[in-house]
Amino acid sequence: MHPILKLVVQRIALGLLLLLAVSAVIFLGVEALPGDTAQAILGQQATPEALANLREKMGLNQPPLTRYFQWLGGILTGDLGKALTNGADIATSIGQRLGNTLFLAGCAAVIAVPLAIILGLVAARYAGKWPDKVISGITLTTISLPEFVAAYFVIYIFTQAIPIFQPVAMVFPGMSFWAKLQAVALPVIVLVLVVLAHMMRMTRAAILNVMQSAYIETAELKGLSPMTVIWKHAFPNAIAPVVSVVMLNLAYLVVGVVVVEVVFGYNALGQYLVDHVTKRDLPVVQAVGLIFAAVYIFLNMAADIIGILANPRLRHPK
Amino acid sequence: MRIPLSALIGLILTGIFLFVAIFAQWIAPYAINDVSGGQWEGPSAKFWLGTDTIGRDILSRLIYGAQITIFVALASSLLAFSLGAFLGFLAAVKGGWIDQVLSRTVDLVMAVPSLIVALVMLSVLPLNLTVLILVMGILDSTRVFRLSRAVAADIAVMDFVEAARLRGEKGIWVIFREILPNALSPLVAEFGLRFIFAVLFISTLSFLGLGIQPPLADWGGMVKENKDGLIYGKSAALLPAAAIAALAISVNLVADWILTRTSSLKGGRGG
Amino acid sequence: MAEPLLQIRGLVIEATSYPPGEPPREVTLVHGVDLTLERGKVLGLIGESGAGKSTIGLSAMAYGRGGVRLTAGTIHLNGREIRLADAKALRSLRGREVTYVSQSAAASFNPARQIMEQVIETCLSHGLCGKAEAEARAVGLFRKLGLPNPETIGNRYPHQVSGGQLQRCMTAMALCPKPDLVIFDEPTTALDVTTQIDVLAAIKEAIRDTGVAALYITHDLAVVAQVADEIMVLRHGRMVELGETGQIIHAPREDYTRALVSVRSLEHQEKPPAPPVLQVQNLTARYRGTNFDVLKNVSLDLPVGQTLAVVGESGSGKSTLARAITGLLPPTQGRITFAGRQLSADLKGRTKDDLREIQMIYQMADTAMNPRQTVGTIIGRPLEFYFGLRGAERDRRVQELLDQIEMGKGFADRYPAELSGGQKQRVCIARALAAKPRLIICDEVTSALDPLVADGILKLLLALQAEAGVAYLFITHDLATVKAISDKIAVMFKGAVVRYGQKSDVLTPPFDDYTDLLLSSVPEMEQGWLEQVIAHRRMESAGN
Repeated sequence: MHPILKLVVQRIALGLLLLLAVSAVIFLGVEALPGDTAQAILGQQATPEALANLREKMGLNQPPLTRYFQWLGGILTGDLGKALTNGADIATSIGQRLGNTLFLAGCAAVIAVPLAIILGLVAARYAGKWPDKVISGITLTTISLPEFVAAYFVIYIFTQAIPIFQPVAMVFPGMSFWAKLQAVALPVIVLVLVVLAHMMRMTRAAILNVMQSAYIETAELKGLSPMTVIWKHAFPNAIAPVVSVVMLNLAYLVVGVVVVEVVFGYNALGQYLVDHVTKRDLPVVQAVGLIFAAVYIFLNMAADIIGILANPRLRHPK
Repeated sequence: MRIPLSALIGLILTGIFLFVAIFAQWIAPYAINDVSGGQWEGPSAKFWLGTDTIGRDILSRLIYGAQITIFVALASSLLAFSLGAFLGFLAAVKGGWIDQVLSRTVDLVMAVPSLIVALVMLSVLPLNLTVLILVMGILDSTRVFRLSRAVAADIAVMDFVEAARLRGEKGIWVIFREILPNALSPLVAEFGLRFIFAVLFISTLSFLGLGIQPPLADWGGMVKENKDGLIYGKSAALLPAAAIAALAISVNLVADWILTRTSSLKGGRGG
Repeated sequence: MAEPLLQIRGLVIEATSYPPGEPPREVTLVHGVDLTLERGKVLGLIGESGAGKSTIGLSAMAYGRGGVRLTAGTIHLNGREIRLADAKALRSLRGREVTYVSQSAAASFNPARQIMEQVIETCLSHGLCGKAEAEARAVGLFRKLGLPNPETIGNRYPHQVSGGQLQRCMTAMALCPKPDLVIFDEPTTALDVTTQIDVLAAIKEAIRDTGVAALYITHDLAVVAQVADEIMVLRHGRMVELGETGQIIHAPREDYTRALVSVRSLEHQEKPPAPPVLQVQNLTARYRGTNFDVLKNVSLDLPVGQTLAVVGESGSGKSTLARAITGLLPPTQGRITFAGRQLSADLKGRTKDDLREIQMIYQMADTAMNPRQTVGTIIGRPLEFYFGLRGAERDRRVQELLDQIEMGKGFADRYPAELSGGQKQRVCIARALAAKPRLIICDEVTSALDPLVADGILKLLLALQAEAGVAYLFITHDLATVKAISDKIAVMFKGAVVRYGQKSDVLTPPFDDYTDLLLSSVPEMEQGWLEQVIAHRRMESAGN
């Protein structure tokens, strides 16, 4: 087998293994924490008989490992169980909301990724000069803001100071694509602001790292034009670190989405999660937590695989 | 030693925040839950920063909020730090299975975003200060672990550490006299970053209603209480939000300065 | 007479230095240097680190590395001033009229692109010739430079060829656009000595055949004597002496040049045989997790108070031998006897006296000392640890040791960062001496130092040996150092000892093949040496 294929297969296997381990932690680890689902549903005043009844009904008397494999088997067949609070089917509830979450994150990514790369390039090109200082100063500030703080400043600016947007983001089935875009404008601005800073700083560092290599000096001493130096010598080496930076930050975006959805009352996965954490609805929390974890693990894995594929030493072994 | 302006501003602001947090009881003009005015009053001589959603003095609540926010963040970052740095050094110096077990566990925890892990845990655990500090501290210790393990491992392979081992020095001497003094400045800068992370984290949890519970008040919770006012043009929610940002930025400026100082100390002479 | 190719007058080069914890400072690297190079001639630029030789070399392309500024003077190339030329004019001359060969070809080739693309790139971008012709030129150069498979080696990626081959590829890259001038910046310094001679011969032939002019920058006078017509000696950014190669190496006018020339002539009288303090018997070792022996059945004796030099190239196992003797790498087989007692294979099993009596000095004095400890602490710790010395008594002994290494008062309170390279190595020697050892293992202790400083260290080591009767296991790749210090020599190759005995025996023919190759590859400070060796080798290989 080509060594590069072997590495990629290994990395995918590692990702799957990690996901399995995370699922075990989410299910069994949470079981191990003090707290009781039956008690959570019935409240502190429940009689011992009622508790025992409910445990029996929910299968809580079975050993945790058995229930874990039942749960895992259910997930693999698309059955995520029922919510404790209202008995709704979790898979159905998630389906619609997952789409909304991906729409929001996708819109943010489409704007943030090219913008971050361009700003990162500009900052790296003028490293130490004023464009770099301005960009770095602004990003240092936005990095220090939690998502919800950034969100309220954005809301204040765009609904009070310059009232051009609504402070809530409602999307519902049947809405036109354009109307949806308008609805998510504010949350997208917030997400872009937050992700952009990290992504741009890391892009800048990755490009600077390549530009300081000896082979860039060689290219300059060949009398090549700056564009040729960047395009033919810097770019092929910078692409892997930059793509991996982008992937890592998309993973970061996944978390940002949770808070921003709550701020804007955007009916999607993050708000669904927070809502059910408050209600202590464990099956929902476990299912949604696993989905977020899976997306995060997948993006990290993709970043690593791109790094492997772009490495000339691995692509062309001795 | 010359301190750049940005770091100086950071140091002074951080100092003010700490002072306010420590002496909150003496500084705050009103008690934390005193309803002494109307809803969302504007700034006045009586209420310098106005009142909140049920008529409490915002300035007083900000001052008490500083205390609780900084206390929780400091406690959890201290926990994260002592736990993470100790285990990280242990893993780097001992190596072998200790390193393997610790490193793989940390990989597992870091494979999922901290906020998601915290939310899953908090859906079961009771919501009180001890639980919050423990959850945040343990989750954050993974990052400290990775950094201190990497820093210590870099130093542990240096010739002067080998020289100490060849001299017959005990492990304690090697860790505390050879490795630690060289690892200190990156770790100090990291402490600043961990503290910021803890401030943002606890604020976010409180904002989501899963952090510090009433009657205690922290900045994240204050944003949550007053957020509806924004629609009516009441900016009460922006003040605690600004406080969070100001604290995080000032500590960031200080940490940034420590980091650049460290890297310039490491730089050798060119050939 | 025709106009010279390169004429530099009153060149001043400055840079901003950023000392840690202090405000930035302006420093002058080159103070008004003049230089003239005729077409087709080779000028050697020689000096120790900080002499400004690379900086001057690169000024021929009007290039300042790392923010270095060419602040005054004139640089005429092919009759026109280039110091103040604009970016466009510079681009058109770089890579066409002047090209550059760096010390590390491995770092200077773009890892993501094939060698051929990079070799012919200049021809194409400057529009000098078409792709087919450029590739034909490149293949011709590969062949001339003695690269294996000249037709196909260009299709490889940089990491797929060896260091010596890549250095030749870089030479081909520099010669491909048929420039007027090539700057060679220490092109063979990073190579093993047996590889260096081949690359050096290839470069010299290529220069001669193409008739290109060259600036050849190196710290090694014997190397530059092989290729240069004229040599300029530089020190601290100023010219010390300029002359014909023969004059510089045979009749130097300046004291500094004389010192540089005589640096390798340190001679050491071999001591008579004596009973051993260290005996290594049938030592075999491998690193954990590998299935390959890095030491193969090594047996050696080191007599009391004498020096055994272990010499070999990278990968010969000489440093592994040191690790095995110190107990850092327990051998899989064999025995180490020290002062009449058998040593435990493992570091943990050794007594405090075992550890005290074997001390170690490292190649990089920088990393061998804790940067957060003062010189006093560094030297004082073994006194405290082994002999329980404290307070005034300890300080007195530290000062004694500092006197022994010829460093005066006031050094005890300094940190390693405040010392020069030679001073750092002296402190490491003092730290070893503090333990009153019977054996000091010296691992390439002079390799990172400038020749004059290295000379001083060797003299100090010899004096201390005469005084304290300590034995040295001296690990090095440099045969001149071996001659200067050893009583016995072991030559190592691929983990095994191939030749071993008294110095005079080891260095007297008949030789085994490897020792012959190694000894004959060390550049000697005389003109024409390179041609003789190459001719001799060709004759021998033809004879076989």
